[in-house]
Amino acid sequence: MFEFLENPKFRGGIHAEEHKAETCDKPIATNLPLPKKLYIPVQQHVGKPAEPIVKVGEHVLKGQLLAYSQGTISAPVHAPSSGVILDVQDFPAPHPSALPIRTIVIETDGEEKWFKYAIPEKPFELEPEEICLRVGGAGVVGLGGAVFPSAVKLNLRRKNQIHTLLINAGECEPYLTCDDLLMQERAVEIVSGIRLMLRGMNAPKAIVGIEDNKPNAFKAIQAASAEFEQISVVQVPTRYPMGWDRQMLRYLTGNEIPADGRATDIGVVIHNVATAYAVYQAVCLSKPLISRVVTVSGGAVSKPQNVEVPIGTLMSEVLAFCGVENEKLARLIMGGPMMGEVLPHADVPVVKASSGILALSHEDIFEPEVKPCIRCSSCVTACPVGLLPLEMASRIKANKLDAAVDLGLKDCISCGSCSYVCPSNIPLVHYFKFASGELFSRQQREHKGEQTKRLAEERTKRMERIKAEAEEDARRVMEARAARQAAEAKAQEENA
Amino acid sequence: MNIKPISSPHVSSSRRVNDIMYKVILALLPAVGFGIILFGWSAFFLTFVTVLSALFFEAICLKLKGGAVESYLRDGSAIVTGLLVAMTLPPYAPWWIGVVGSGLAIILGKHVYGGLGQNLFNPAMLARVALLISFPIEMTTWVNVSPFFTGLDILESFKITFSGAEISDAITGATTLGFVKTGFSQAQLLPDLLNDYSGFLAFIGWERGSLGETSTLLILLGGIWLMRQGIIQWFIPVSLLASVTFLSTLFNLIDSTHYLSAWVHLNSGALMLVAFFIATDYVTSPNTPLGQLIFGTGCGVLIFVIRSWGGYPEGTGFAVLLMNSVTPLIDHYIRPRIYGRTRDGKPIEGG
Repeated sequence: MFEFLENPKFRGGIHAEEHKAETCDKPIATNLPLPKKLYIPVQQHVGKPAEPIVKVGEHVLKGQLLAYSQGTISAPVHAPSSGVILDVQDFPAPHPSALPIRTIVIETDGEEKWFKYAIPEKPFELEPEEICLRVGGAGVVGLGGAVFPSAVKLNLRRKNQIHTLLINAGECEPYLTCDDLLMQERAVEIVSGIRLMLRGMNAPKAIVGIEDNKPNAFKAIQAASAEFEQISVVQVPTRYPMGWDRQMLRYLTGNEIPADGRATDIGVVIHNVATAYAVYQAVCLSKPLISRVVTVSGGAVSKPQNVEVPIGTLMSEVLAFCGVENEKLARLIMGGPMMGEVLPHADVPVVKASSGILALSHEDIFEPEVKPCIRCSSCVTACPVGLLPLEMASRIKANKLDAAVDLGLKDCISCGSCSYVCPSNIPLVHYFKFASGELFSRQQREHKGEQTKRLAEERTKRMERIKAEAEEDARRVMEARAARQAAEAKAQEENA
Repeated sequence: MNIKPISSPHVSSSRRVNDIMYKVILALLPAVGFGIILFGWSAFFLTFVTVLSALFFEAICLKLKGGAVESYLRDGSAIVTGLLVAMTLPPYAPWWIGVVGSGLAIILGKHVYGGLGQNLFNPAMLARVALLISFPIEMTTWVNVSPFFTGLDILESFKITFSGAEISDAITGATTLGFVKTGFSQAQLLPDLLNDYSGFLAFIGWERGSLGETSTLLILLGGIWLMRQGIIQWFIPVSLLASVTFLSTLFNLIDSTHYLSAWVHLNSGALMLVAFFIATDYVTSPNTPLGQLIFGTGCGVLIFVIRSWGGYPEGTGFAVLLMNSVTPLIDHYIRPRIYGRTRDGKPIEGG
C-alpha cells in the first residue's frame, strides 16, 4: 500500500559528474604499438582458471588456444598475437593486491600471423548448440565487468524458457565510453551479435537499453537494427547505476529479479553490449576474444581516448601511449570511478574485464575529512537496492555484523552511490566490503571448525568400533576357549 | 603515489555537512530579519547573544571532548541551533534566557549524547520546553509589534535585554493561541474571541509572537527553497501540516465555537517553523520516507491535541520531543523494501 513512495522503474541513484566528453567523440585508436611481451593470466573470468596447453619455447599463432577451459564454468584464453611462449609463471594480477597469478608470457614476433579457423558460411543458420559452442570456444565472457562465461548464460535456455534478451548498454560509470564508441563505430557487428545470441538462446526478442547521454550510439544501433523487428532499442535516463543489470531490467520491463534468483527465473537473459560484439567476432569471423576496447582517461592523462588493446598488454604501455603525467597521478583505477579497483602500479596486464584505465589526479578524487554521520539519510535516498547504509555502517562500526546482515548487507551491490552522496564523506562501501570479508572468513572458520569436529567425531567412532571389535574378538576367543575346554572336559569324562 | 588500500567509489559529490548547515542558516535568515524589523533592537540583541553563546558552549564542549575543535565549530551546526533557539524566544526576553537556552540546547541537547549526529531530541526544542517550564513569566511575555521606526530606541532596547528593565504592560499582550485559550477558560466562544484577528496579517507575520516564528510566509518560502535545494524532503512538512489541517478542519466543522479553523492553526505559534526546520532535523527524525510520514503525522496530531485540549496554548515543542523519542522505534520497524524482496524481507516470487 505504500508503493507510491517508490518509483516503480528506478530507485535511488545519483547524478555524478560524467567526464565522458573527454573521450566520447574521438575514434577508437587501433594504432597502439604491438608490445614486445604479452602477459596473459589464465584466470580472467568467473569460475575455474583455464589450464595451459602450450609449452615454453613453443611458437604460437595469433588467436591460437593457450589454455583450455576447465569445468562447467570457465573460459579458455587465446594468444593475442603471434610469437614464442617465454614462460608460464606467476605475475602480478590487475587487482588491488597485485598478488601474482598464473600467467602465460608471449614474446611477440610482430608478424601478427593468424591461426586458421574455419569460418562458417552461413553463421545465422547455425544450430543454437553450435553458436554456444563457438562462443564458449572463443573465450567470450561478460565484458561489462562481471566476466561471467557467456556460453554458460546462452545455454541457460535449456533450463528456462527465455522470452527476452536484454542488452545492457547503460555504461553508467563516469569517464567510461568504451561501449559508447563501440556502438558508434561497430553497430552493424553488434546487431549481428545480438541476432546470433537470440538464435543461440531460442529467444524471440531483444531490448537494447542505452542511456540518453549517448545519442550517437543510440542512433547508430537504431539504424543498424531497423530491419530486424525482433530487436528494439530504448533510451533510458542517465542516472547511475542504470547499468546495474537488475536495475536496467526493472526500468525496461517493470519486473524485479527475486533476491535469491537470477534473471532467467523470470525469463530474461542480460548481456553487455560489448559481449554482443565479441559474440559476432567469435561466430561470424571465428576470432576468439583477444583484444578489447579500453577507455583511458582521468585528470593525469594528456590524451584521453579509447584504445583497442590486445589482452595481456601492460597497462603502463597503454598509459604511455595516451600520455600519462606521473606528477599529476594520484590514483590508478581499473574500471570506472564508482566501482573500479585501485591498482598499486601499472605493470599489470589488461584483461578481459578491463573496461577502463583511469589515471586520476588529486582534483578528480577530492577527499575531504571524514565527519560524524548526521543521519541526513541521503544514503537511504541514493541506495538503488533499498538499504539503510547509515544503519548498516553503525552496526558494523559496533562490530555487530549479524545485525548488519539483518539489515540487508548481503543485498548490497557496492555501487558506491551512498559513499558518493555522503556529506560527511563516510567511506560506507569500505565498511560493507570489510564486513562482507569478515563474514566470509568467519564462515570459513566455522566450516573449518565443523570439519575438525566431524573428523574428531569420526575418529571417536572409529576408535569405539575398533575397541568394540577387539572386545568382540576377545569374547569370541574366550568363548572358543571355553567351548574347547568344555569339549576337552567332556572328552576326558567320556574317556574316564 | 598512494598505495594504501582504498575502497571505491573514487569520486564524491561536492556537497558537505557545512554546505547543508549554511543553507539552512540562509533559509532561516529572512524570518529572523523580519523578526528583528518587527520587534526592534531587543530582538537583534537577543539573537546575537543566543547565537554567540551557542558557539561558545559548542567550543567548550568540543575542547572538553578532545580532538579537532575548529573544523567542527565551523560546520555551522551550532549557529543553526543558536538561531533556532533565538527564534522561539519572546523578543524582549532578557539576555540570560538566550544564554541558558543555548547552554541547554548545546550541552544537554547535543553534547551529553556524544555531539553532532548522536542526540535523541532536537536541541532547540529541548531548550524551548525546558525554558518554558523553568521560566514561565519570561517565556510568555509577548510584546506588541514595535518596529524600529516606531518602537523603543536602541538604548531602551539595550536596557530591556541586558539590565532587566521593566517591560510596560501597555506594550504587551497575548498571542492568538494564548488569547483564545484564556477566553475559553472564561466561557467565551469563538467567533467573538477572534474579532480583532486578521488572517492576512498573521500570514505575513505582523502579530505578537516569538522572535522568528510569526511570519508564515517567510518561513514557508525558506522551507520551500530548502526543499528545492534537496536539503529537506517533503514527507515531514507535508504530513505535519496536512494532519493539523485535517484535524482542525474536522473539529471546526463539528463545533466552530470551540475549535479554531485550520487557517488560524497554520498561521499561529511555531507550527511553520517546526514543520520545515525543526521536525525535519536529520538527526532526530526517521530515515525512510514512510517513517517520515508517520513522524510528521504524529507531530501534527500531537500539536492539535495539545493546542485543543492541553494545558498549554502551544504544543509544538512537546509534540516534537515526544515524536523524537519514538524515532528509534519507527526506524526499527519501518524499513525500505529491498530490491527483489517483499516488504517483510522474503524474496519475491519468480516467473
